[in-house]
Amino acid sequence: MTTDTPILEIKGLTMNFGGIRALDNLDLQIRKGEIVALIGPNGAGKTTFFNCLTGIYKPSAGELLLTPPGQTTRRLNGLKPNRVTQQGLARTFQNIRLFPNMTVLENVMIGRHCRTRAKVLGAIFRNKKTVQEEKEIVALAFKILEKIGLADMVNEFAKNLPYGAQRRLEIARALATEPNILLLDEPAAGMNPQETAELDNLITEIRDDGLSILLIEHDMKLVMSLSDHIFVVDYGKKIAEGSPDQIRNNPAVIKAYLGEDV
Amino acid sequence: MISFKDLKKAFLVALWFIFLTFPIMVIKVNPFERTIAWRWHNMFYVAAGSFILYLIGRLFLINKAAQQERMKKQGIKSVPKTDWQQRLLTEPRLFIPTLGIMLVILLVFPHVLSTYQVNIMITALMYIVLGLGLNIVVGVAGLLDLGYVAFYAVGAYSYALLHLHFGLGFWTVLPLGGMLAASFGILLGFPVLRLRGDYLAIVTLGFGEIIRLILENWNDFSHGPSGISNIPRPGFFGMEMTLDQSIMYLYYLMIGMVIFTIFVVNRLQNSRIGRAWFALREDEIACQAMGIDKTKTKLTAFALGAFWAGMVGVIFAAKTTFVNPASFTFLESAIILCIVVLGGMGSIIGVIIAALVLMLLPEYLRAFSDYRMLVFGGTLVVMMVFRPQGIISTVRRTYTLEKKPTIT
Amino acid sequence: MEYFIELFFSGLTRGSIYALIALGYTMVYGIIGLINFAHGEIYMIGAFTAFIVATVLSILGFPALAIFVIAALAAAVWSSAYGYTVEKLAYKPLRNAPRLSPLISAIGMSIFLQNYVLLAQTSDFLPFPQLIPDFEFMDSIAGVIGSSDIVILITTAVVMVLLTWLIKYTRIGKAMRATAQDRKMAMLVGINVNHVISATFIIGSSLAAVGGLLIASHVGQINFFIGFIAGIKAFTAAVLGGIGSIPGAVLGSFILGLTEAFATGYVSSDYEDVFAFSLLVLILIFRPAGLLGKSSIEKV
Repeated sequence: MTTDTPILEIKGLTMNFGGIRALDNLDLQIRKGEIVALIGPNGAGKTTFFNCLTGIYKPSAGELLLTPPGQTTRRLNGLKPNRVTQQGLARTFQNIRLFPNMTVLENVMIGRHCRTRAKVLGAIFRNKKTVQEEKEIVALAFKILEKIGLADMVNEFAKNLPYGAQRRLEIARALATEPNILLLDEPAAGMNPQETAELDNLITEIRDDGLSILLIEHDMKLVMSLSDHIFVVDYGKKIAEGSPDQIRNNPAVIKAYLGEDV
Repeated sequence: MISFKDLKKAFLVALWFIFLTFPIMVIKVNPFERTIAWRWHNMFYVAAGSFILYLIGRLFLINKAAQQERMKKQGIKSVPKTDWQQRLLTEPRLFIPTLGIMLVILLVFPHVLSTYQVNIMITALMYIVLGLGLNIVVGVAGLLDLGYVAFYAVGAYSYALLHLHFGLGFWTVLPLGGMLAASFGILLGFPVLRLRGDYLAIVTLGFGEIIRLILENWNDFSHGPSGISNIPRPGFFGMEMTLDQSIMYLYYLMIGMVIFTIFVVNRLQNSRIGRAWFALREDEIACQAMGIDKTKTKLTAFALGAFWAGMVGVIFAAKTTFVNPASFTFLESAIILCIVVLGGMGSIIGVIIAALVLMLLPEYLRAFSDYRMLVFGGTLVVMMVFRPQGIISTVRRTYTLEKKPTIT
Repeated sequence: MEYFIELFFSGLTRGSIYALIALGYTMVYGIIGLINFAHGEIYMIGAFTAFIVATVLSILGFPALAIFVIAALAAAVWSSAYGYTVEKLAYKPLRNAPRLSPLISAIGMSIFLQNYVLLAQTSDFLPFPQLIPDFEFMDSIAGVIGSSDIVILITTAVVMVLLTWLIKYTRIGKAMRATAQDRKMAMLVGINVNHVISATFIIGSSLAAVGGLLIASHVGQINFFIGFIAGIKAFTAAVLGGIGSIPGAVLGSFILGLTEAFATGYVSSDYEDVFAFSLLVLILIFRPAGLLGKSSIEKV
């Protein structure tokens, strides 16, 4: 399933806030069709990592290299968040950030923004191209919502969805941007066991469609069952990496999670 | 309902307001003749007014809480409630006749009533367009622009000056004024639109005041506080018109302008751009993460809003045949903002109703006209506290799948 | 040289007044993150209350010192009452609303209060009684600095010291600092945040009232609109110094006051207000954190 050139390669990523080093010389690779998990205790710098990767923060040092299949390598450093998304990296947020007063369908339609063209004049005159484009946006959004299992709620306001559905809507919205890599920030947080099991299936399905997935998660059962490869960070440093089995038995990881004397 | 405790509280509130307003409401001194007037009747009005208003506010909050309780019990599926306004807006069977009747009334209006009334109506129509323009910026894109009047001034002065120096006519300047205002919008927007919401508001306020002060002080350019007069009314293929005729002509022109604006704004709101504006208002960071260029999207909203203000500015100059800086104070911006807030952020129908109410009421209720600005200020507060969504909340478009999508 | 010193002192006087108003903006912003647009109106109401009380007392034949003291107290009391009430009516219900809602509400309040005073009193300029007498010992330097300048400078200095003491060492001051840093946490450790916010409004309003009384007595006239420009300028000063920072507000005020005094003294007074507005726009664009403020990173 994997090929040799990683689709995303991160070298020496470092992020300083004033005097505090939140990320310290992190290396990480993701290959096509891989599910990679990033785990670590609270405050280890996982979300900061996502924010650096998606252009919300400017990294202090390091290289972010994206190589979409069959294309040349490009740097993501210093790109604005919207440009990063356009390059094929889409994300969800740890504290859900939907557009609460827009409908479920509109939320997904927003995801199509960076893949469509219509301008002000097109919107006013509704020329053929714009109408066609609009139709395609709606159709694709419906299709994604069906896949995610929210098709019966399309015209509901996003804020009225139950918690688990909101998390899934975030994934749907990210998928609408046609990413190569999907970044999920604690997608199972606050879900009950059944919802988590459904999420497990959904993530596998998305991977089977050919996407790579980078996952931050605290639910170890989910991480262990899904991941092909796991990176462990603590205090902004990588302390271990490997397959789920290797990580499970790694003493450094156990120490980071449970403290010194275990 | 209202309990004894509420009455007691209302009594205390009334006492507090008697104290609060005592020096300003009750005492009036004349420093020249050194006399004091004690206006005790005002104290009574304040007491009664605050007592009653407190109870009304209480009732409203109790009702609101009860309603929320009911909604909670019914579960979350309470949104698509089909009340009259939503039905009026969405069912063609209802809104086409309503629209027809309104149009007929509007068209007959100037033939039945006096020129004076028509003039008032033109002003109201101008504020509808201004409201709809600002609505793009504040209501839809969520950018609080407190200097909107500056773009209005740009439009008005571009007609005045372009006519004065180059003899350009109304119809040439109408789009030109809009475009000039839009360019100003882009020029200002570029550096300031990355600012956080409240800072943006203050910067636009500052910008609006700077424009006005420049117009007031730069005599060579703008003729200073005395302004520019003898601006021609719009022509109609060089026809000679009496004053009444030209006012009626202006009236129809404004009707056309309003319809044009509604058409454009409605289409924009339901487009890719419009969705991006709404999303920007909801959550900027999520918006960027979805691949929307924040600066470009904001700039489009800002420039389009300015464009409309500029065009209305040109019409304003043509209507009054005179412009001076006094017409473009911060209060003007506040009035337009009040229209948007009262109407409901992002709601076209709401803005139209609000503009008509706020503009026509003071004209027809003379007793009310002194209290105009007081009421505008109060409206902003009351709406924010009790009904931030405005009199008519935005209706989100619902979609159905036209045909089974071809699965690729 | 004498002209320079004269301008310098006039700048300091301006700066003092701006500082008294700017502190209210900066404290409220520090605590609840709101640009209290109606603060200029609180200052105007302070000046108006002082005007009414002082005129009544002078008609009734009170001695000058008593008039000054009673008028100052009345201005502070009523301004605080207005500040407190405005917060309760227009801002408190919006504590959890979107960020722009309280700002719009504040703008509404500002327009409301202006027109309230306009309707209840008058739109004319009113002569404000001279509450600060010309001291005899000042005669020799009266050309350079007037008696009221001295009183304004001394009063401002005393008020600053008192405020610093209040914020550094008293219980309410500590509670205010805690609330400014993290409102939720302050609640959790048992601070009554509503009281702290009310106290902030009351302190800010009484400072503005003192400013209103002093400047009205210095200039000699008032009307209902004086709060708008004074408010914007004081806000500019607060932003210049770094909004949320108390020393910043004072620093910003003196910088603004001095530059305005020199600009109008040496260049031209036509564009006096344009200057303040342009400064406001430029700082917000290029250094929104101000001179002493910290730029904050939004958490995602």
